[in-house]
Amino acid sequence: MKRRDFLKATAVLAAAAPATGQAALMREPKSMPPQAIGMLYDSTLCIGCKACMSACKEANDLPPERLPEGGEWNTGTWDTPLDLSPTTYNIIKAYVNGTRAEKDRAENGYAFVKRHCLHCVDPSCVSACPVSAMHKDPLTGLVSHDPSLCIGCRYCVYSCPFGVPRYEYNDPFGQIGKCQLCSHLLAEGGIPACCDVCPTGASLFGPVEQLKAEARRRLDAAPGTELEFPRGEIGSDRPTHVATVGDYQQHLYGDRELGGTQVMYLSGVPFDRLGLPTDVPDVGYPTLSEGVQHTLYKGMAGPALLLGGLVFLARRNIKRNQADDPLFTDEDTEPDAAAQKEEKDS
Amino acid sequence: MSAHAHAPVGGRLVTAPFLVLAFLAAIALALLAGRFVYGLGAVTNLNDGYPWGIWVIIDIVIGTAFGCAGYAVSLIVYILNRGEYHPIVRSAVMASLFGYTLAGIAVMFDLGRYWNFYNLFLPWYAQPNSVMWEIALCVAGYITVLWIEFAPTFLERFGLHNAREKLSRVLFIIIALGVLLPTMHQSSLGTAIVILGHKVSPLWQTQFLPLLYLSSAILMGLALVPFESVLSALGLRRQLETGLMGRLNRVILAVGAIFLAVRLGDLLFRGALGHALAGDLQANMFLLESALFIGGLALLARQQARRSARAQFVAAVTLLMAGILFRINSYLVGYEPVNGTWHYFPSVPEMLVTVGIFSIEILLYLVFVKKLPVLAKHA
Repeated sequence: MKRRDFLKATAVLAAAAPATGQAALMREPKSMPPQAIGMLYDSTLCIGCKACMSACKEANDLPPERLPEGGEWNTGTWDTPLDLSPTTYNIIKAYVNGTRAEKDRAENGYAFVKRHCLHCVDPSCVSACPVSAMHKDPLTGLVSHDPSLCIGCRYCVYSCPFGVPRYEYNDPFGQIGKCQLCSHLLAEGGIPACCDVCPTGASLFGPVEQLKAEARRRLDAAPGTELEFPRGEIGSDRPTHVATVGDYQQHLYGDRELGGTQVMYLSGVPFDRLGLPTDVPDVGYPTLSEGVQHTLYKGMAGPALLLGGLVFLARRNIKRNQADDPLFTDEDTEPDAAAQKEEKDS
Repeated sequence: MSAHAHAPVGGRLVTAPFLVLAFLAAIALALLAGRFVYGLGAVTNLNDGYPWGIWVIIDIVIGTAFGCAGYAVSLIVYILNRGEYHPIVRSAVMASLFGYTLAGIAVMFDLGRYWNFYNLFLPWYAQPNSVMWEIALCVAGYITVLWIEFAPTFLERFGLHNAREKLSRVLFIIIALGVLLPTMHQSSLGTAIVILGHKVSPLWQTQFLPLLYLSSAILMGLALVPFESVLSALGLRRQLETGLMGRLNRVILAVGAIFLAVRLGDLLFRGALGHALAGDLQANMFLLESALFIGGLALLARQQARRSARAQFVAAVTLLMAGILFRINSYLVGYEPVNGTWHYFPSVPEMLVTVGIFSIEILLYLVFVKKLPVLAKHA
């Protein structure tokens, strides 16, 4: 029974594999939510001022972090996180190479990158979470986290392809922390704190479709020419920022990567130098794991069928061998009595 | 005839091994107090690069694979109708009982927000797309099934023949569930890795993981039987079951061959075998893992070897090591965190908790075989 199942499953997988290239079983990729909102981060506009970081802390009521070692001078008023953490939802990191002579150059240059949740179109954390504590809004597509449901299994931390969600290991009641695109401010008609304070428009909030068009406009502009860059929220009446068009990588990161993300990146240096994975499929990984699950457990028909077969075989085989079976025969039965029982059964 | 009659082994309960095991268990409990007062970070080396450590990979993933003895033997005896293995059913089910129950308890140490764990069982929070959700439900269900499956031993010991008779009539359903549930969640322990995507090396990342985890879990469950048989024969001065184990090893050989065929076929098909010669830690661990699988099975390939208790034991240990390494590799060694340099090696307290959990399992084994009719009586 079991061995035949193995062979059958093997045959199914092997037959399906060549048809779809590498992935044999795939769930239909998710599409962009109808009212998707997100962010466009332009590394060439970022000046590394970190105003977004302190605004994020304030908006989300998060404590400042001290450097783990040294920094005796810092009594706790200066926020100096080194990485994302349960109390740092957003961080500016610098890419540096060689002499660091020129901004947005891969060799002997430097560049900034803003790291936080990318609000994937097909998020791994939402697929991984066993108790619906990670939630993707069906309209706006924002991925939020509800600690009151969370069991702290950290599967979201483990599965996130961007290394975003973080857990508090040094707290007996620790919880998961990550950027939720300031949903609480959006609910009051505001915009995400980081975009609100960004002086150059490097972090720009808005509907994903409009942000993609804006990215196209920047990629199409000739490097070195002057261009007006919107600030805060795309389409708002804030004064624009006039700057020189950078020498962009001709790609909008997040347009296709892992099924698309609602936070997208433009950069002067290759994206992998900024820590964004580039050797990734155009579909999210949940399409593969759910592809396996949905195939094996479709309508629970497979397990129900298997259980039916198992019940039938177990019943038949037990009846045949009951007298000989330690789970059924009484141990204090004398050999003779057991033999009689066997006769009666047959 | 009742040649398979079971009896308590008897003898003194408090022996030197008993005291050592109890001491190790006590250390684990003391360390766990620290975990609950100060958080996971106070006892473990877990971090956001490596959010899952040995408390998940050894205590749960490997612990339940060890606990597949009952599943694998039930499969052979009740589904494939090989009655000759009846004498080992009871001890195999007991091994599963401890493996799974302690894995279930170990989950609670590792869950960061354990007080919310019941959300797993509330239908309105259920997230059926989550592989973890399916594993949690199946494991919880299977622990219940195992206690019912093992209940006859208790009922017998305490002379509750009536209850036993009633249970016998429905036991076939429990036995069928006891084969279905491990088939589901042991394969899902492999599926759980698929969503990690590029964070896991191509040497392990494949959609064949469910099949590989299922077949290697059965392999480990089966290998545990001769392992336990030889150890209990030596430790409790019982007769060796070499003949029966020899026949069982033919089944082990078949299951192992299926595993290896899928494993190597998949690597070849995906063109991932080149990574095996990279010379780095992942490549070397892959080679070691493969060598253990092939070596263990090669030992059993000769009929003569299958009949020798020594060869059976060495092969069983080798295959168990192979299964353990396959799990550690696919969850930890083959896994690379993104963004930043992260390191994980279990802390000493973290390892002592795991040691403590396995000590409790062995401790319970000793108590149960001495006090309950678990092991087959020899003529």
